[in-house]
Amino acid sequence: MSLRIVVTVKYVPDATGDRHFADDLTVDRDDVDGLLSELDEYAVEQALQISENSDDDVEITVLTVGPEDAKDALRKALSMGADKAIHVEDDDLHGTDAIGTSLVLAKAIEKAGYDLVISGLASTDGTMGVVPALLAERLGVPQVTLLSEVSVEDGTVKGRRDGDAASEQLEASLPAVVSVTDQSGEARYPSFKGIMAAKKKPVEAWDLSDLDLEAEEVGLEGAWTAVDSATERPARTAGTIVKDEGEGGKQLAEFLAGQKFI
Amino acid sequence: MAEVLVFVDHVDGAVRKPTLELLTLARRIAAPVAVALGAGAENTAAALAEHGAVKVLTHDASEYADYLVVPKVDALQAAVESVSPAAVLVPSSAEGKEIAARLALRIGSGIITDATDLEAGAEGPVATQSVFAASFTTKSRVSKGIPVITVKPNSAAVEAAPAAGAVEALAVTFSAQATGTKVTGRTPRESTGRPELTEAAIVVSGGRGVNGAENFALIESLADSLGAAVGASRAAVDAGWYPHTNQVGQTGKSVSPQLYIANGISGAIQHRAGMQTSKTIVAVNKDAEAPIFDLVDYGVVGDLFDVVPQLTEEINTRKG
Repeated sequence: MSLRIVVTVKYVPDATGDRHFADDLTVDRDDVDGLLSELDEYAVEQALQISENSDDDVEITVLTVGPEDAKDALRKALSMGADKAIHVEDDDLHGTDAIGTSLVLAKAIEKAGYDLVISGLASTDGTMGVVPALLAERLGVPQVTLLSEVSVEDGTVKGRRDGDAASEQLEASLPAVVSVTDQSGEARYPSFKGIMAAKKKPVEAWDLSDLDLEAEEVGLEGAWTAVDSATERPARTAGTIVKDEGEGGKQLAEFLAGQKFI
Repeated sequence: MAEVLVFVDHVDGAVRKPTLELLTLARRIAAPVAVALGAGAENTAAALAEHGAVKVLTHDASEYADYLVVPKVDALQAAVESVSPAAVLVPSSAEGKEIAARLALRIGSGIITDATDLEAGAEGPVATQSVFAASFTTKSRVSKGIPVITVKPNSAAVEAAPAAGAVEALAVTFSAQATGTKVTGRTPRESTGRPELTEAAIVVSGGRGVNGAENFALIESLADSLGAAVGASRAAVDAGWYPHTNQVGQTGKSVSPQLYIANGISGAIQHRAGMQTSKTIVAVNKDAEAPIFDLVDYGVVGDLFDVVPQLTEEINTRKG
Protein backbone atom coordinates (compact mmCIF):
# COMPACT_ATOMS: atom_id res chain seq x y z
CA MET A 1 0.00 0.00 0.00
CA SER A 2 1.08 3.47 -0.63
CA LEU A 3 -0.35 6.77 0.51
CA ARG A 4 0.14 9.91 -1.53
CA ILE A 5 -0.28 13.09 0.51
CA VAL A 6 -0.40 16.53 -1.10
CA VAL A 7 0.03 19.43 1.33
CA THR A 8 -1.13 22.79 -0.02
CA VAL A 9 0.93 25.70 1.28
CA LYS A 10 0.92 29.45 0.75
CA TYR A 11 3.72 31.97 0.66
CA VAL A 12 2.48 35.07 2.49
CA PRO A 13 3.76 38.48 3.49
CA ASP A 14 5.10 38.44 7.06
CA ALA A 15 2.25 39.42 9.40
CA THR A 16 4.68 41.32 11.60
CA GLY A 17 5.77 43.44 8.62
CA ASP A 18 4.05 46.54 7.25
CA ARG A 19 1.53 44.80 4.98
CA HIS A 20 -0.29 46.90 2.42
CA PHE A 21 -1.88 46.94 -1.03
CA ALA A 22 -0.31 47.51 -4.46
CA ASP A 23 -1.81 50.06 -6.89
CA ASP A 24 -4.07 47.41 -8.46
CA LEU A 25 -5.43 46.60 -4.97
CA THR A 26 -3.78 43.19 -4.84
CA VAL A 27 -1.59 42.31 -1.86
CA ASP A 28 1.80 44.01 -2.18
CA ARG A 29 4.35 41.20 -2.13
CA ASP A 30 7.44 43.23 -3.00
CA ASP A 31 7.94 45.46 0.01
CA VAL A 32 7.36 42.97 2.80
CA ASP A 33 9.36 39.80 3.41
CA GLY A 34 7.46 36.63 2.63
CA LEU A 35 7.42 33.25 4.32
CA LEU A 36 5.55 29.97 4.58
CA SER A 37 2.18 30.81 6.14
CA GLU A 38 2.53 29.82 9.79
CA LEU A 39 -0.79 27.98 9.74
CA ASP A 40 0.43 25.77 6.88
CA GLU A 41 3.31 24.51 9.02
CA TYR A 42 0.69 22.60 11.02
CA ALA A 43 -0.48 20.89 7.81
CA VAL A 44 3.10 19.87 6.93
CA GLU A 45 3.57 18.61 10.51
CA GLN A 46 0.44 16.42 10.41
CA ALA A 47 1.48 14.98 7.04
CA LEU A 48 4.85 14.05 8.56
CA GLN A 49 3.19 12.50 11.61
CA ILE A 50 0.79 10.48 9.47
CA SER A 51 3.80 9.27 7.52
CA GLU A 52 5.75 8.38 10.68
CA ASN A 53 2.78 6.49 12.17
CA SER A 54 2.04 4.55 8.99
CA ASP A 55 3.21 1.12 7.84
CA ASP A 56 2.42 2.22 4.30
CA ASP A 57 4.83 3.75 1.88
CA VAL A 58 3.94 7.45 2.26
CA GLU A 59 4.99 10.15 -0.16
CA ILE A 60 4.49 13.81 0.82
CA THR A 61 4.31 16.43 -1.91
CA VAL A 62 4.05 20.11 -1.01
CA LEU A 63 2.21 22.25 -3.53
CA THR A 64 2.07 26.01 -3.85
CA VAL A 65 0.65 28.49 -6.32
CA GLY A 66 2.55 31.74 -6.23
CA PRO A 67 5.31 33.98 -7.55
CA GLU A 68 9.01 33.09 -7.88
CA ASP A 69 9.75 33.78 -4.20
CA ALA A 70 7.12 31.22 -3.14
CA LYS A 71 9.88 28.65 -3.58
CA ASP A 72 11.04 29.72 -0.11
CA ALA A 73 7.82 28.31 1.36
CA LEU A 74 8.38 25.02 -0.48
CA ARG A 75 11.99 24.84 0.73
CA LYS A 76 10.86 25.33 4.32
CA ALA A 77 8.35 22.48 3.99
CA LEU A 78 10.96 20.26 2.34
CA SER A 79 13.44 21.01 5.11
CA MET A 80 10.80 19.97 7.66
CA GLY A 81 10.72 16.60 5.89
CA ALA A 82 8.36 16.61 2.88
CA ASP A 83 9.61 14.50 -0.04
CA LYS A 84 9.07 16.70 -3.07
CA ALA A 85 7.49 19.94 -4.19
CA ILE A 86 5.43 21.41 -7.00
CA HIS A 87 5.48 25.12 -7.75
CA VAL A 88 2.72 26.45 -10.00
CA GLU A 89 3.95 29.78 -11.29
CA ASP A 90 2.62 31.88 -14.13
CA ASP A 91 2.51 35.65 -14.70
CA ASP A 92 -1.17 35.30 -15.59
CA LEU A 93 -1.92 34.14 -12.02
CA HIS A 94 -1.39 37.63 -10.57
CA GLY A 95 -4.54 38.72 -8.71
CA THR A 96 -6.24 35.30 -8.66
CA ASP A 97 -8.95 35.09 -5.96
CA ALA A 98 -9.96 32.13 -3.76
CA ILE A 99 -12.26 30.54 -6.34
CA GLY A 100 -9.52 30.80 -8.99
CA THR A 101 -6.81 29.55 -6.64
CA SER A 102 -8.90 26.50 -5.79
CA LEU A 103 -9.22 25.78 -9.53
CA VAL A 104 -5.44 25.89 -10.06
CA LEU A 105 -4.76 23.84 -6.91
CA ALA A 106 -7.39 21.21 -7.83
CA LYS A 107 -5.93 20.80 -11.33
CA ALA A 108 -2.42 20.46 -9.90
CA ILE A 109 -3.54 17.99 -7.21
CA GLU A 110 -5.23 15.83 -9.85
CA LYS A 111 -2.17 15.95 -12.08
CA ALA A 112 0.14 15.06 -9.17
CA GLY A 113 -2.08 12.19 -8.01
CA TYR A 114 -3.31 12.00 -4.39
CA ASP A 115 -5.00 9.97 -1.69
CA LEU A 116 -5.08 12.74 0.89
CA VAL A 117 -4.88 16.53 0.65
CA ILE A 118 -3.91 18.42 3.83
CA SER A 119 -4.28 22.19 4.20
CA GLY A 120 -3.91 24.67 7.04
CA LEU A 121 -7.01 26.29 8.53
CA ALA A 122 -6.55 29.57 6.63
CA SER A 123 -3.79 31.71 5.16
CA THR A 124 -2.43 34.42 7.43
CA ASP A 125 -2.93 37.10 4.75
CA GLY A 126 -6.31 36.46 3.10
CA THR A 127 -7.67 34.59 6.17
CA MET A 128 -10.77 33.35 4.32
CA GLY A 129 -10.32 29.69 5.26
CA VAL A 130 -12.44 28.48 2.33
CA VAL A 131 -9.88 26.80 0.07
CA PRO A 132 -10.10 23.32 1.70
CA ALA A 133 -13.90 23.27 1.27
CA LEU A 134 -13.53 24.52 -2.32
CA LEU A 135 -10.96 21.79 -3.06
CA ALA A 136 -13.28 19.09 -1.71
CA GLU A 137 -16.11 20.44 -3.87
CA ARG A 138 -13.92 20.60 -6.99
CA LEU A 139 -12.31 17.18 -6.46
CA GLY A 140 -15.63 15.58 -5.51
CA VAL A 141 -14.19 13.97 -2.38
CA PRO A 142 -15.13 14.22 1.35
CA GLN A 143 -14.08 17.31 3.28
CA VAL A 144 -12.80 16.57 6.78
CA THR A 145 -11.90 20.05 7.90
CA LEU A 146 -10.76 22.16 10.86
CA LEU A 147 -9.36 19.18 12.72
CA SER A 148 -7.44 19.52 15.95
CA GLU A 149 -6.63 15.80 15.81
CA VAL A 150 -6.21 13.60 12.73
CA SER A 151 -5.30 10.01 11.95
CA VAL A 152 -5.30 7.76 8.88
CA GLU A 153 -5.79 4.02 8.97
CA ASP A 154 -6.91 1.43 6.44
CA GLY A 155 -8.03 3.96 3.86
CA THR A 156 -10.07 5.96 6.39
CA VAL A 157 -9.33 9.39 7.79
CA LYS A 158 -10.64 10.24 11.26
CA GLY A 159 -10.44 13.43 13.22
CA ARG A 160 -11.84 15.76 15.82
CA ARG A 161 -13.42 19.07 14.87
CA ASP A 162 -13.84 21.46 17.80
CA GLY A 163 -16.72 23.78 17.00
CA ASP A 164 -18.32 26.49 19.12
CA ALA A 165 -21.31 24.41 20.11
CA ALA A 166 -19.80 20.94 20.14
CA SER A 167 -16.74 18.84 19.53
CA GLU A 168 -17.38 16.41 16.66
CA GLN A 169 -15.73 13.14 15.69
CA LEU A 170 -15.54 12.86 11.91
CA GLU A 171 -14.79 9.98 9.58
CA ALA A 172 -14.44 9.63 5.80
CA SER A 173 -12.97 7.28 3.23
CA LEU A 174 -9.93 8.28 1.20
CA PRO A 175 -9.39 10.09 -1.05
CA ALA A 176 -10.30 13.13 1.04
CA VAL A 177 -9.41 16.75 1.78
CA VAL A 178 -8.37 17.55 5.34
CA SER A 179 -7.58 20.86 7.03
CA VAL A 180 -5.91 21.11 10.43
CA THR A 181 -5.90 23.87 13.04
CA ASP A 182 -3.05 25.25 15.14
CA GLN A 183 -4.32 22.97 17.92
CA SER A 184 -3.27 19.86 15.99
CA GLY A 185 0.28 19.88 17.36
CA GLU A 186 3.31 22.14 17.36
CA ALA A 187 5.14 22.14 14.03
CA ARG A 188 8.73 20.92 14.14
CA TYR A 189 11.73 23.10 13.34
CA PRO A 190 13.79 21.98 10.37
CA SER A 191 17.01 20.28 11.49
CA PHE A 192 20.36 21.18 9.94
CA LYS A 193 20.31 17.79 8.23
CA GLY A 194 16.79 18.52 6.96
CA ILE A 195 17.85 21.89 5.58
CA MET A 196 20.79 20.32 3.74
CA ALA A 197 18.66 17.45 2.42
CA ALA A 198 15.98 19.87 1.18
CA LYS A 199 18.45 21.43 -1.24
CA LYS A 200 18.60 18.15 -3.15
CA LYS A 201 14.86 17.42 -3.16
CA PRO A 202 13.01 17.86 -6.47
CA VAL A 203 10.89 20.98 -7.09
CA GLU A 204 8.78 20.71 -10.21
CA ALA A 205 7.69 23.90 -11.94
CA TRP A 206 4.32 23.96 -13.69
CA ASP A 207 2.58 26.79 -15.50
CA LEU A 208 -1.02 27.23 -16.61
CA SER A 209 -0.52 25.30 -19.86
CA ASP A 210 0.75 22.30 -17.88
CA LEU A 211 -2.63 22.31 -16.13
CA ASP A 212 -4.71 22.89 -19.30
CA LEU A 213 -5.88 26.23 -17.91
CA GLU A 214 -6.43 29.43 -19.88
CA ALA A 215 -5.26 32.83 -18.66
CA GLU A 216 -8.89 34.14 -18.68
CA GLU A 217 -9.89 31.57 -16.05
CA VAL A 218 -7.55 33.05 -13.43
CA GLY A 219 -5.80 36.28 -12.46
CA LEU A 220 -7.25 39.67 -11.72
CA GLU A 221 -9.34 39.73 -14.93
CA GLY A 222 -10.75 36.28 -14.26
CA ALA A 223 -11.48 36.98 -10.60
CA TRP A 224 -15.02 36.41 -9.31
CA THR A 225 -14.74 39.31 -6.91
CA ALA A 226 -13.51 42.89 -7.26
CA VAL A 227 -11.91 45.13 -4.65
CA ASP A 228 -13.05 48.73 -5.22
CA SER A 229 -11.05 50.42 -2.48
CA ALA A 230 -8.59 49.75 0.33
CA THR A 231 -8.18 52.40 2.99
CA GLU A 232 -5.64 52.37 5.77
CA ARG A 233 -7.44 52.33 9.07
CA PRO A 234 -6.82 55.61 10.87
CA ALA A 235 -4.63 55.15 13.94
CA ARG A 236 -6.72 55.07 17.08
CA THR A 237 -6.62 58.40 18.88
CA ALA A 238 -4.35 58.24 21.88
CA GLY A 239 -6.23 57.26 25.00
CA THR A 240 -5.78 58.11 28.64
CA ILE A 241 -3.11 56.07 30.41
CA VAL A 242 -2.91 56.16 34.19
CA LYS A 243 -0.44 54.49 36.52
CA ASP A 244 -2.00 52.47 39.30
CA GLU A 245 -1.22 54.20 42.60
CA GLY A 246 -3.72 52.09 44.49
CA GLU A 247 -6.88 53.48 42.88
CA GLY A 248 -6.37 52.12 39.31
CA GLY A 249 -9.38 49.81 39.46
CA LYS A 250 -11.66 52.58 40.73
CA GLN A 251 -10.38 55.01 38.09
CA LEU A 252 -11.09 52.43 35.40
CA ALA A 253 -14.59 51.90 36.81
CA GLU A 254 -15.13 55.67 36.65
CA PHE A 255 -14.12 55.66 32.97
CA LEU A 256 -16.47 52.75 32.21
CA ALA A 257 -19.31 54.45 34.05
CA GLY A 258 -18.68 57.63 32.03
CA GLN A 259 -18.98 55.54 28.85
CA LYS A 260 -22.26 54.05 30.19
CA PHE A 261 -20.86 50.51 30.41
CA ILE A 262 -21.79 50.32 34.08
CA MET B 1 -39.30 41.61 -6.89
CA ALA B 2 -35.85 40.39 -6.02
CA GLU B 3 -35.24 38.70 -2.71
CA VAL B 4 -32.15 37.98 -0.61
CA LEU B 5 -31.56 34.53 0.85
CA VAL B 6 -30.42 34.45 4.47
CA PHE B 7 -29.01 31.21 5.86
CA VAL B 8 -30.26 30.71 9.40
CA ASP B 9 -27.94 29.64 12.20
CA HIS B 10 -30.09 28.17 14.96
CA VAL B 11 -29.93 25.67 17.80
CA ASP B 12 -33.04 23.48 17.84
CA GLY B 13 -35.15 26.36 16.58
CA ALA B 14 -33.57 29.12 18.69
CA VAL B 15 -32.20 31.65 16.17
CA ARG B 16 -28.73 32.91 17.01
CA LYS B 17 -28.15 36.65 17.11
CA PRO B 18 -25.84 36.95 14.04
CA THR B 19 -28.70 35.67 11.84
CA LEU B 20 -30.97 38.48 13.09
CA GLU B 21 -28.18 40.95 12.28
CA LEU B 22 -28.04 39.47 8.77
CA LEU B 23 -31.76 40.22 8.34
CA THR B 24 -31.04 43.90 9.12
CA LEU B 25 -28.36 43.97 6.40
CA ALA B 26 -30.43 41.91 3.94
CA ARG B 27 -33.29 44.42 4.12
CA ARG B 28 -30.95 47.10 2.73
CA ILE B 29 -30.74 45.06 -0.47
CA ALA B 30 -34.11 43.32 -0.89
CA ALA B 31 -36.79 41.38 0.98
CA PRO B 32 -35.16 38.61 3.07
CA VAL B 33 -36.13 34.98 2.57
CA ALA B 34 -34.71 32.80 5.34
CA VAL B 35 -33.52 29.21 4.95
CA ALA B 36 -33.66 27.13 8.14
CA LEU B 37 -32.51 23.50 8.19
CA GLY B 38 -32.46 20.61 10.62
CA ALA B 39 -34.23 19.85 13.89
CA GLY B 40 -36.49 22.68 15.02
CA ALA B 41 -36.27 24.55 11.68
CA GLU B 42 -39.97 25.47 11.69
CA ASN B 43 -39.68 26.95 15.18
CA THR B 44 -37.38 29.67 13.84
CA ALA B 45 -40.20 31.31 11.87
CA ALA B 46 -41.61 33.59 14.57
CA ALA B 47 -38.26 35.22 15.40
CA LEU B 48 -37.33 35.51 11.73
CA ALA B 49 -40.68 37.07 10.81
CA GLU B 50 -40.36 39.59 13.62
CA HIS B 51 -37.02 40.73 12.14
CA GLY B 52 -38.11 41.01 8.54
CA ALA B 53 -38.19 37.60 6.86
CA VAL B 54 -40.99 37.59 4.27
CA LYS B 55 -40.68 33.83 3.88
CA VAL B 56 -39.00 31.01 5.80
CA LEU B 57 -37.98 27.97 3.78
CA THR B 58 -37.54 24.95 6.03
CA HIS B 59 -36.37 21.37 5.69
CA ASP B 60 -35.47 18.74 8.24
CA ALA B 61 -33.62 15.47 7.68
CA SER B 62 -31.23 13.39 9.76
CA GLU B 63 -28.46 14.11 7.21
CA TYR B 64 -27.97 17.64 8.58
CA ALA B 65 -26.75 16.31 11.92
CA ASP B 66 -25.16 13.08 10.72
CA TYR B 67 -22.91 14.42 7.96
CA LEU B 68 -20.60 17.43 7.65
CA VAL B 69 -21.46 20.59 5.69
CA VAL B 70 -22.51 19.14 2.31
CA PRO B 71 -26.21 18.37 3.10
CA LYS B 72 -26.62 22.04 4.01
CA VAL B 73 -24.94 23.08 0.76
CA ASP B 74 -27.39 20.89 -1.16
CA ALA B 75 -30.34 22.54 0.61
CA LEU B 76 -29.08 26.08 0.15
CA GLN B 77 -28.48 25.36 -3.54
CA ALA B 78 -32.08 24.12 -3.82
CA ALA B 79 -33.24 27.37 -2.21
CA VAL B 80 -31.16 29.46 -4.64
CA GLU B 81 -32.68 27.59 -7.58
CA SER B 82 -36.20 28.07 -6.27
CA VAL B 83 -35.89 31.77 -5.31
CA SER B 84 -33.32 33.19 -7.80
CA PRO B 85 -32.16 35.69 -5.18
CA ALA B 86 -30.22 38.94 -5.62
CA ALA B 87 -27.67 37.72 -3.06
CA VAL B 88 -27.07 34.97 -0.50
CA LEU B 89 -26.00 35.96 3.02
CA VAL B 90 -24.51 33.45 5.47
CA PRO B 91 -23.25 33.99 9.05
CA SER B 92 -19.42 33.98 9.13
CA SER B 93 -18.94 30.96 11.36
CA ALA B 94 -16.40 28.28 10.45
CA GLU B 95 -19.21 26.12 9.06
CA GLY B 96 -21.00 29.08 7.46
CA LYS B 97 -17.92 30.00 5.44
CA GLU B 98 -17.51 26.41 4.22
CA ILE B 99 -21.17 26.18 3.21
CA ALA B 100 -20.98 29.54 1.43
CA ALA B 101 -17.79 28.63 -0.44
CA ARG B 102 -19.13 25.36 -1.81
CA LEU B 103 -22.43 26.99 -2.72
CA ALA B 104 -20.62 29.78 -4.61
CA LEU B 105 -18.64 27.27 -6.64
CA ARG B 106 -21.76 25.29 -7.51
CA ILE B 107 -23.85 28.24 -8.64
CA GLY B 108 -20.96 29.88 -10.51
CA SER B 109 -20.60 32.83 -8.17
CA GLY B 110 -17.84 34.70 -6.44
CA ILE B 111 -17.64 34.77 -2.65
CA ILE B 112 -16.72 37.39 -0.07
CA THR B 113 -16.14 36.29 3.53
CA ASP B 114 -16.10 38.07 6.88
CA ALA B 115 -17.87 41.24 5.78
CA THR B 116 -18.32 43.76 8.58
CA ASP B 117 -20.89 45.87 6.74
CA LEU B 118 -23.03 45.64 3.64
CA GLU B 119 -24.78 48.23 1.51
CA ALA B 120 -26.67 48.19 -1.77
CA GLY B 121 -24.63 49.31 -4.78
CA ALA B 122 -25.19 49.96 -8.50
CA GLU B 123 -23.34 46.74 -9.34
CA GLY B 124 -24.66 44.66 -6.47
CA PRO B 125 -24.05 44.60 -2.72
CA VAL B 126 -20.84 46.29 -1.53
CA ALA B 127 -19.12 44.52 1.36
CA THR B 128 -16.80 46.18 3.85
CA GLN B 129 -14.00 44.00 5.20
CA SER B 130 -11.31 44.59 7.76
CA VAL B 131 -7.98 43.09 6.57
CA PHE B 132 -4.30 42.72 7.52
CA ALA B 133 -5.06 42.49 11.24
CA ALA B 134 -7.58 45.31 10.87
CA SER B 135 -4.98 47.78 9.59
CA PHE B 136 -6.94 48.26 6.33
CA THR B 137 -10.61 48.52 5.41
CA THR B 138 -11.61 47.31 1.95
CA LYS B 139 -14.80 47.60 -0.06
CA SER B 140 -15.47 44.72 -2.43
CA ARG B 141 -18.11 43.29 -4.73
CA VAL B 142 -18.81 39.90 -6.17
CA SER B 143 -18.38 40.46 -9.90
CA LYS B 144 -19.74 37.18 -11.28
CA GLY B 145 -22.96 35.33 -10.50
CA ILE B 146 -25.29 35.78 -7.52
CA PRO B 147 -23.18 37.36 -4.76
CA VAL B 148 -22.49 34.97 -1.86
CA ILE B 149 -21.35 36.91 1.20
CA THR B 150 -20.59 35.78 4.74
CA VAL B 151 -20.99 38.42 7.46
CA LYS B 152 -19.27 38.55 10.84
CA PRO B 153 -21.21 38.76 14.10
CA ASN B 154 -21.75 42.27 15.54
CA SER B 155 -21.76 43.82 12.05
CA ALA B 156 -25.22 45.35 12.37
CA ALA B 157 -27.84 46.09 14.99
CA VAL B 158 -30.73 43.68 15.46
CA GLU B 159 -33.89 45.57 14.40
CA ALA B 160 -37.54 44.59 14.71
CA ALA B 161 -39.26 44.83 11.29
CA PRO B 162 -42.31 42.59 11.32
CA ALA B 163 -43.00 40.72 8.07
CA ALA B 164 -45.11 37.76 7.02
CA GLY B 165 -42.49 35.06 7.63
CA ALA B 166 -44.67 32.45 5.94
CA VAL B 167 -43.22 28.96 6.39
CA GLU B 168 -42.76 26.98 3.19
CA ALA B 169 -41.31 23.51 2.85
CA LEU B 170 -38.11 23.42 0.82
CA ALA B 171 -37.70 20.43 -1.49
CA VAL B 172 -34.17 19.06 -1.15
CA THR B 173 -32.51 16.17 -2.98
CA PHE B 174 -29.18 15.26 -1.42
CA SER B 175 -26.15 14.92 -3.70
CA ALA B 176 -23.84 11.91 -3.87
CA GLN B 177 -21.30 13.89 -1.81
CA ALA B 178 -23.77 14.61 1.00
CA THR B 179 -22.90 11.50 3.00
CA GLY B 180 -19.14 11.66 2.40
CA THR B 181 -18.07 12.79 5.87
CA LYS B 182 -19.84 11.09 8.73
CA VAL B 183 -20.20 12.69 12.16
CA THR B 184 -19.62 9.65 14.38
CA GLY B 185 -19.77 11.47 17.70
CA ARG B 186 -20.73 14.82 19.13
CA THR B 187 -19.89 16.20 22.57
CA PRO B 188 -21.77 19.43 23.22
CA ARG B 189 -19.77 22.10 24.94
CA GLU B 190 -20.77 22.75 28.53
CA SER B 191 -22.59 26.02 28.82
CA THR B 192 -20.80 28.63 30.92
CA GLY B 193 -23.92 30.79 31.14
CA ARG B 194 -21.89 33.63 29.60
CA PRO B 195 -22.58 35.21 26.21
CA GLU B 196 -21.05 33.74 23.05
CA LEU B 197 -17.60 35.27 22.55
CA THR B 198 -18.14 36.57 19.01
CA GLU B 199 -21.64 37.88 19.80
CA ALA B 200 -20.97 39.54 23.14
CA ALA B 201 -21.30 43.31 23.63
CA ILE B 202 -18.45 43.20 26.16
CA VAL B 203 -15.42 40.89 26.15
CA VAL B 204 -12.99 40.56 29.08
CA SER B 205 -9.74 38.82 28.13
CA GLY B 206 -6.72 37.50 29.96
CA GLY B 207 -3.22 36.85 28.70
CA ARG B 208 0.24 35.81 29.82
CA GLY B 209 0.06 38.18 32.80
CA VAL B 210 -2.79 36.15 34.32
CA ASN B 211 -0.08 33.61 35.08
CA GLY B 212 -2.01 30.40 35.66
CA ALA B 213 -5.33 28.67 34.96
CA GLU B 214 -6.51 29.18 38.56
CA ASN B 215 -6.10 32.96 38.21
CA PHE B 216 -8.60 33.10 35.34
CA ALA B 217 -11.26 33.18 38.07
CA LEU B 218 -10.35 36.87 38.44
CA ILE B 219 -11.04 37.46 34.75
CA GLU B 220 -14.30 35.51 34.95
CA SER B 221 -15.48 37.51 37.99
CA LEU B 222 -14.85 40.77 36.15
CA ALA B 223 -16.64 39.39 33.08
CA ASP B 224 -19.63 38.33 35.16
CA SER B 225 -19.88 41.74 36.81
CA LEU B 226 -20.37 43.21 33.33
CA GLY B 227 -22.36 40.35 31.76
CA ALA B 228 -19.40 39.85 29.42
CA ALA B 229 -17.84 36.95 27.53
CA VAL B 230 -14.37 35.72 28.50
CA GLY B 231 -11.52 35.71 26.00
CA ALA B 232 -7.89 34.61 26.19
CA SER B 233 -4.72 35.42 24.29
CA ARG B 234 -2.84 32.74 22.41
CA ALA B 235 -0.13 32.73 25.09
CA ALA B 236 -2.72 31.90 27.77
CA VAL B 237 -4.34 29.21 25.61
CA ASP B 238 -1.02 27.64 24.59
CA ALA B 239 -0.07 27.52 28.28
CA GLY B 240 -3.23 25.48 28.88
CA TRP B 241 -4.85 28.07 31.16
CA TYR B 242 -8.03 28.55 29.14
CA PRO B 243 -9.81 26.64 26.32
CA HIS B 244 -8.94 27.31 22.69
CA THR B 245 -12.60 28.08 21.92
CA ASN B 246 -12.09 31.30 23.89
CA GLN B 247 -8.95 32.38 22.04
CA VAL B 248 -9.09 35.86 20.55
CA GLY B 249 -6.71 36.55 17.67
CA GLN B 250 -5.57 35.51 14.26
CA THR B 251 -5.86 31.78 14.94
CA GLY B 252 -8.84 32.10 17.23
CA LYS B 253 -11.96 34.25 17.22
CA SER B 254 -12.17 37.70 15.81
CA VAL B 255 -14.35 39.89 18.03
CA SER B 256 -15.79 43.35 17.59
CA PRO B 257 -17.62 44.19 20.82
CA GLN B 258 -18.67 47.59 22.18
CA LEU B 259 -16.08 47.18 24.93
CA TYR B 260 -12.92 45.05 25.06
CA ILE B 261 -10.94 44.77 28.31
CA ALA B 262 -7.45 43.27 27.88
CA ASN B 263 -5.78 42.10 31.08
CA GLY B 264 -2.13 41.07 31.11
CA ILE B 265 -2.06 41.01 27.30
CA SER B 266 0.90 42.67 25.57
CA GLY B 267 -0.95 43.17 22.28
CA ALA B 268 1.11 41.24 19.71
CA ILE B 269 -0.10 41.45 16.10
CA GLN B 270 -1.58 37.93 16.45
CA HIS B 271 -3.89 39.22 19.20
CA ARG B 272 -4.61 42.63 17.69
CA ALA B 273 -5.88 40.89 14.54
CA GLY B 274 -8.76 39.53 16.59
CA MET B 275 -9.85 42.59 18.58
CA GLN B 276 -8.66 45.78 16.92
CA THR B 277 -12.10 46.66 15.56
CA SER B 278 -13.64 46.76 19.05
CA LYS B 279 -15.39 50.10 19.68
CA THR B 280 -13.85 50.92 23.05
CA ILE B 281 -10.62 49.26 24.19
CA VAL B 282 -9.33 49.19 27.75
CA ALA B 283 -6.16 47.52 29.03
CA VAL B 284 -4.50 46.66 32.32
CA ASN B 285 -0.82 45.74 32.05
CA LYS B 286 2.27 45.99 34.24
CA ASP B 287 4.45 46.99 31.30
CA ALA B 288 3.93 50.63 30.31
CA GLU B 289 5.65 49.87 26.98
CA ALA B 290 3.21 47.07 25.98
CA PRO B 291 1.90 47.68 22.42
CA ILE B 292 -1.68 47.17 23.64
CA PHE B 293 -1.51 50.69 25.11
CA ASP B 294 -1.25 52.10 21.56
CA LEU B 295 -4.81 50.90 20.96
CA VAL B 296 -6.55 51.82 24.17
CA ASP B 297 -9.12 54.45 25.01
CA TYR B 298 -8.19 53.96 28.63
CA GLY B 299 -5.23 52.08 30.08
CA VAL B 300 -4.02 51.30 33.57
CA VAL B 301 -0.33 50.57 34.05
CA GLY B 302 -0.37 48.32 37.05
CA ASP B 303 -0.58 44.81 38.45
CA LEU B 304 -3.77 43.14 37.26
CA PHE B 305 -3.94 41.24 40.56
CA ASP B 306 -4.53 44.62 42.26
CA VAL B 307 -6.48 46.45 39.55
CA VAL B 308 -8.89 43.76 38.35
CA PRO B 309 -10.35 42.76 41.76
CA GLN B 310 -10.74 46.44 42.67
CA LEU B 311 -12.48 47.13 39.37
CA THR B 312 -14.80 44.13 39.83
CA GLU B 313 -15.69 45.20 43.35
CA GLU B 314 -16.31 48.78 42.26
CA ILE B 315 -18.60 47.64 39.42
CA ASN B 316 -20.56 45.36 41.73
CA THR B 317 -20.89 48.19 44.27
CA ARG B 318 -22.09 50.67 41.66
CA LYS B 319 -24.63 48.16 40.38
CA GLY B 320 -25.85 47.96 43.98
